[in-house]
Amino acid sequence: MEKRGIPTPMATSEPNPLTATRETDIATLDRVVIRFAGDSGDGMQLTGDRFTSAAAAFGNDLATLPNFPAEIRAPQGTIPGVSSFQVHFADYDILTPGDRPDVLVAMNPAALKANIADVPHGGAIIVNTDEFSKRNLTKVGYETNPLEDGSLEPYQVFPVAMSTLTRGALKDTGLSKKDAERAKNMFSLGLLSWMYHRPTEGTERFLAEKFAAKPDIAEANILAFRAGWNYGETTESFAVTYKVAPAKLPTGTYRQITGNTALAYGIVAAGQRSGLPVVLGSYPITPASDILHELSKHKNFGITTLQAEDEIAGIGAALGASYAGSLGVTSTSGPGVALKSETIGLGVMTELPLIVIDVQRGGPSTGLPTKTEQADLLQAMYGRNGECPVPVIAPSTPGDCFEMALEAARIALTYRTPAILLSDGSIANGSEPWLIPDVADLPDLAVNFAAEPNAMDGSEEFWPYVRDTDTLAREWAIPGTPGLQHRIGGLEKADNRGHISYDPDNHDRMVRLRQAKVDGITVPDVTVDDPSRNARVLALGWGSSYGPIGAGCRRVRKSGMDIAQAHLRYLNPLPSNLGEVLERYEVVVLPEMNLGQLAMLLRARYLIDIRSYTKVAGLPFKAAELAEVFTDIINDNEPGDNGDDVHVLTEATE
Amino acid sequence: MTATHLGLPELGGLAGVPVTDEPQRAKDYKSDQEVRWCPGCGDYIVLNTMQSFLPTLGLKPENIVFVSGIGCSSRFPYYMNTYGMHSIHGRAPAIATGLAVARPDLSVWVVTGDGDALSIGGNHLIHTLRRNVNLKILLFNNRIYGLTKGQYSPTSEAGKVTKSTPMGSLDNPFNPISLALGAEASFVARALDSDKKGLTEVLTAAAEHRGSAFVEIYQNCPIFNDGAFDVLKDRDEAARRIIPLRAGEPLTFGPENEYGVVRTRFGGLEVAKTSEITAEGGELVVHDPTINDPAYAFALSRIGGQELEHTPVGIFRNVARPTYDDLARQQVEHAKASKPADLQALLNGKDTWTV
Repeated sequence: MEKRGIPTPMATSEPNPLTATRETDIATLDRVVIRFAGDSGDGMQLTGDRFTSAAAAFGNDLATLPNFPAEIRAPQGTIPGVSSFQVHFADYDILTPGDRPDVLVAMNPAALKANIADVPHGGAIIVNTDEFSKRNLTKVGYETNPLEDGSLEPYQVFPVAMSTLTRGALKDTGLSKKDAERAKNMFSLGLLSWMYHRPTEGTERFLAEKFAAKPDIAEANILAFRAGWNYGETTESFAVTYKVAPAKLPTGTYRQITGNTALAYGIVAAGQRSGLPVVLGSYPITPASDILHELSKHKNFGITTLQAEDEIAGIGAALGASYAGSLGVTSTSGPGVALKSETIGLGVMTELPLIVIDVQRGGPSTGLPTKTEQADLLQAMYGRNGECPVPVIAPSTPGDCFEMALEAARIALTYRTPAILLSDGSIANGSEPWLIPDVADLPDLAVNFAAEPNAMDGSEEFWPYVRDTDTLAREWAIPGTPGLQHRIGGLEKADNRGHISYDPDNHDRMVRLRQAKVDGITVPDVTVDDPSRNARVLALGWGSSYGPIGAGCRRVRKSGMDIAQAHLRYLNPLPSNLGEVLERYEVVVLPEMNLGQLAMLLRARYLIDIRSYTKVAGLPFKAAELAEVFTDIINDNEPGDNGDDVHVLTEATE
Repeated sequence: MTATHLGLPELGGLAGVPVTDEPQRAKDYKSDQEVRWCPGCGDYIVLNTMQSFLPTLGLKPENIVFVSGIGCSSRFPYYMNTYGMHSIHGRAPAIATGLAVARPDLSVWVVTGDGDALSIGGNHLIHTLRRNVNLKILLFNNRIYGLTKGQYSPTSEAGKVTKSTPMGSLDNPFNPISLALGAEASFVARALDSDKKGLTEVLTAAAEHRGSAFVEIYQNCPIFNDGAFDVLKDRDEAARRIIPLRAGEPLTFGPENEYGVVRTRFGGLEVAKTSEITAEGGELVVHDPTINDPAYAFALSRIGGQELEHTPVGIFRNVARPTYDDLARQQVEHAKASKPADLQALLNGKDTWTV
């Protein structure tokens, strides 16, 4: 592409067809990355979210990356208090929220300082000059005002007195100066909406609904939003506006969705398709709480949500409900999984269905609550006492969370086992357009409870550990079923009969049976995207790194090199064709947001020397970064080594 | 035993649990598993009492579930011919909560011990009681860790010499009844393993109570803490020490009813000689477990100290209050009645666009 979404103050004679009140140039772009950054009290998440909704309603493809501090209100005006929201929208199918913003909206000096390094030279920076006081500059360590000292010369800076302009626009509302100023985020949204020809009706309707109980606040926000729009329209500061056409996505009806919402909907759908009531036992934890919030809104689907006294009680109640014949679900993040491990073990031993959702965040311990990471894989695989196999799956995009929640239910119900779903902070809070599935096409998850005695000796007894010969699942006899009274628990059980057994051979057999059951779970084959069929390097990934890896591969291919991509959504068991796929390529490179956990598992399993590329920075990989890694490997260099080989196009299409 | 009325629908603890006309006997509730507690263990008597008591409820046995944690007492479910889960240490109340919330047609019993319920599972215990989930908690209190072979427990007396405390334990023990009342449990009682009649009365009232019923059972461990409650089992000693809690009757005890319970100036309760009470124009306290303010029952629980000098036995508190599981089901039913379960509409949401 030739042009990026950078406002240029060049003169033009082409009229703006939308308003035709002032002459501005209209440039057409295929994609733009905008980052809204401000203090955590400035409402940047809401601003970004509204811009995203407008882009979605317009029909762009999009991906978002919210990035905010763990503190609810970190000290005002400081670097740790900066909250940002990046949105990438395009006229084609994009894979990531974008590496670097074309446009940075900085509401204060801290936001500028925290984000300037990510803005490429030539990029646009729109600043709220009102916040650039001596005091605020000193607070973040600026000795001189960057708006005046020439340090921003490589960028296109658009100084706008947003606080003053917002106050002015609201002077007749009767709001205090302070309250009026709070609407400055809507001013910035209005300005950007004008600049990118975004529809405005949705935002105005949203504001009216959100503040329905406080009409004066609703009015103030709408006025500020319009003032921002009008500012762009009437001042001479911005000579060019930009259009990004709707994306050519597969046909169908779309909506915008975050990973957490998609996961919650997947659980609702699993309840409907299995015909089972859903019981969610959960304890609030970042970044998984939104799943609890969302499911709590949908009790009309027969969903009971229980906010437990702790993580342990959350999963305990879920397992108790599963024992009772419901679909038990618990949602948490890594620290919560640590606490739930014992009950997951009980679920493995009692062989009851249970869905454990881990929205991974930075670790260890409390780590980085609001940042993303993929470092719970080994915890999910092995973080329990004894030989304790659990199926593990991982969605690859926000929308994929819906399908994978249904898959978690299928596996848990079919095989009578806890199943762990590994989402993470980036897809949980990130959003994208989602092709809404037709409910009639969703899988049938109906289950059969045991109703008859099943003793293998022909007696009228119920033996709880008699297995289905195909799935190795035991029968699920729920309390209330006459004649099938039985006892289960955490102690080792005799094969078939299910009484307590300390017999050495029996234990060996049961350990192997539980493992064989999980190993035998049916999962789809992994598919490989190798357009040239000439690649000798395979980029492999799992979970949320699908987007950056895919975007990195696109860049590599665009610069004339070959690379194949395969992505794992099923981690235990692994797809049965994976070994064969890995064998096909000379080099397998595996980027992970951990220190090489899946790489270690694959090396051990397939005796293949995976090239592990790792980064644990709390943020998703960038496409450019991975493109360079892939290029270096294709050129037979170590990543980071600057050889004289083919170079990747850094501005290539993602 | 009647409960106070708070204008709530009057539901018994077993409402919704299917009954049967088939005559039942104690042996119908015995499973085919050999009971493996130590000879002389108090758990045997409690098990026998339970197996004799359940037929009196006339419930379908398949609608009864016992959930336990870890410890000697937690083997209990294996010996009952009902549904049962022997779970993990301290977590039985949490698991049973899920069961009770999911299924109003089950009679749910939790069997636990002093270590299981008050140490590792303390949090689940108090939160289950505060929520008032419709399940019955039987806490077998032997004041010792038996399964791990004799360490002190959270109900052991301070200074107790055990394997893990050769120089004496340092912690102050819990009074389980006080703890349950602190969590505002709606039904709180104490019984002795050896008193089949008293235990059966308490179990009957617990079963009929809608909400969490907390029953502390003093239970002898003949191996690691033998005789902990002997003073309450010796006929003469028991008469001097046990304060029988009979609703509507004055709290008096002693071989000749020579002791009684009176109010202190500070709102507490204490034991005094009946003769002195009358001489001073004082008034004996008439027991009323339906008093809604838990302070009365709490004061009663403070009469009984660790040394068992005086020990109230029977039902301390029995009040009606909405149960968590009933309310949770009401919310779901209300939501279902007010909004159809239209999955496609949910997935579509408000803002869609078509390509």
